[in-house]
Amino acid sequence: MPADAPFIALNRKERLVPVQLDGTELMLPEGENLAASLLAAGVRSFRETPVSGAPRAPFCMMGACFDCLVEIDGIQRQACMLSVAEGMVIARLKGTTHG
Amino acid sequence: MAEFDLAIIGAGPAGMAAAVTADKAGLRVALLDEQPRPGGQIYRNVSQASADRVRVLGADYALGRGLTTALAESGVQHIHGAVVWAIEDGFRLSYTANGTAAQVSARRVLIATGALERPLPIPGWTLPGVMTAGAAQILLKGSGIVPRQAVLAGSGPLIYLVAAQMVRAGVPPLALVETQSTRDMIGALRHMPGALRGWRGLAKGLGLIRELRRAGVKRFTGADRLKVEGMDRAEALCFRAGGEDHRIACETVLLHHGVVPNTQVARSIGVSHRWSSAQQTFTPVLDAWGGTDRPGLFIAGDGAGISGAMVAEIAGRLAALKLAEEAGHLGISERDRRAAPLLRARARELAIRPFLDAAYPPYPGALRPDDDTLICRCEEVTAGEIRQTATLGCLGPNQAKSFTRAGMGPCQGRYCGLTVTAILSQTTGQSPDETGYYRIRPPLKPVTLAELAAMAETGATNPEGE
Repeated sequence: MPADAPFIALNRKERLVPVQLDGTELMLPEGENLAASLLAAGVRSFRETPVSGAPRAPFCMMGACFDCLVEIDGIQRQACMLSVAEGMVIARLKGTTHG
Repeated sequence: MAEFDLAIIGAGPAGMAAAVTADKAGLRVALLDEQPRPGGQIYRNVSQASADRVRVLGADYALGRGLTTALAESGVQHIHGAVVWAIEDGFRLSYTANGTAAQVSARRVLIATGALERPLPIPGWTLPGVMTAGAAQILLKGSGIVPRQAVLAGSGPLIYLVAAQMVRAGVPPLALVETQSTRDMIGALRHMPGALRGWRGLAKGLGLIRELRRAGVKRFTGADRLKVEGMDRAEALCFRAGGEDHRIACETVLLHHGVVPNTQVARSIGVSHRWSSAQQTFTPVLDAWGGTDRPGLFIAGDGAGISGAMVAEIAGRLAALKLAEEAGHLGISERDRRAAPLLRARARELAIRPFLDAAYPPYPGALRPDDDTLICRCEEVTAGEIRQTATLGCLGPNQAKSFTRAGMGPCQGRYCGLTVTAILSQTTGQSPDETGYYRIRPPLKPVTLAELAAMAETGATNPEGE
């Protein structure tokens, strides 16, 4: 976990697995909530909005707000509703190129 | 398609208690829930929580284990990871789980979808680093993750609880910026006799405030003009309190001014809702058992009106007794005999609510946002744009939606619906009931063609084929 991440994890996680975020490899705890794990890894922006391109990050963490939408295997999914799996390929949605 | 006597949507305290009670009465019960484990948001992940996590979260959280254990030992079919996206008369429920759409049918349905955070539109509330206080609790319960440099802002007992949990976790918040005023507290004192009947809740609240004082957490009250500053992420919370302007540099801003019923499922099938001025939100019209104006369709828990976890559990049991009686598994006298102590317990638990509602009202600045403030997060529509549609003659949210796209994004109005109703109602002078709310239609959550195709392969019928 980067020292400047705005979130800290209370317990060290057991098994870290590699995932790809926009082509960069991250080691995240297997089976843990994806949005929470990305936040703890220091990821601040999860996507840009289709309207103004403004950055967004998890807001509700309960599947209601859709601000944590990411693209996984070409499908837009809510990161807060997913668990970390080895080899996940995650892409952040860019500005007005989608939606 | 799997058939059940009762399908329950949501495995929080109401849904779990109802499922177990109905199962014991002999009904075949399906419990559909979005999360991998039962508990809802209030008891999220409780069955997996370590002793240290329980120490941080408190004894009330651990109470949820009684329900998750009873559920695990019951005959209830718990369909976890299931996102329900349509409910049709009959009843037929369509949902997605593990990348495949599927359906269940049930003679009766209980909606136990709980609450959402009341939208708190202030300048900068869409910036990364701004979350709901509930989200911080979910991060703590589910993942043991805590924001390091956080300010809590808004009003309500949940702010004290989250702050105390952060203190116990060794990561205290920088400050509590509370919008309720001394005048609100004085106004609430007329509800004190009721609050004293619910003295346990009152004592807990005071205990939390003491805990925060001992930990040296700074508190501001009567705060106004809340604003989050930052370019591409939250950098500071600005506000006015005690006649002075304040700016607290921080990495995370946690917003909260109460929770409101999540009415999406109930509205999608046409259940009537009315404005509650005490709770400043819409609540479904229900009888004492939680029955709606649609035969066989019940609602229990915070989705019926905000009353908290203990009342939700009781309401779940009451609804299950009535559903079991309707299904012919329980006589009326036996139903009433078992309901009597539950009704008494519910009245006791509800005694503190009028005090809490009056002492911690919603932040007025977020009920009347400035023209420039974004109110629809998905489509980035401002309060001013909604006001403008009203001056053009637009009376209701559905018209405003077609003018501005507010409520048309993926959250389907969950975080702007009440704000749009409020702004229109203030501008036109019509009541919230006259102004109304968004028409909610399925799919309630996005569903992909691949998920639907996978359902077709399993031989289920097309839910849209009418």
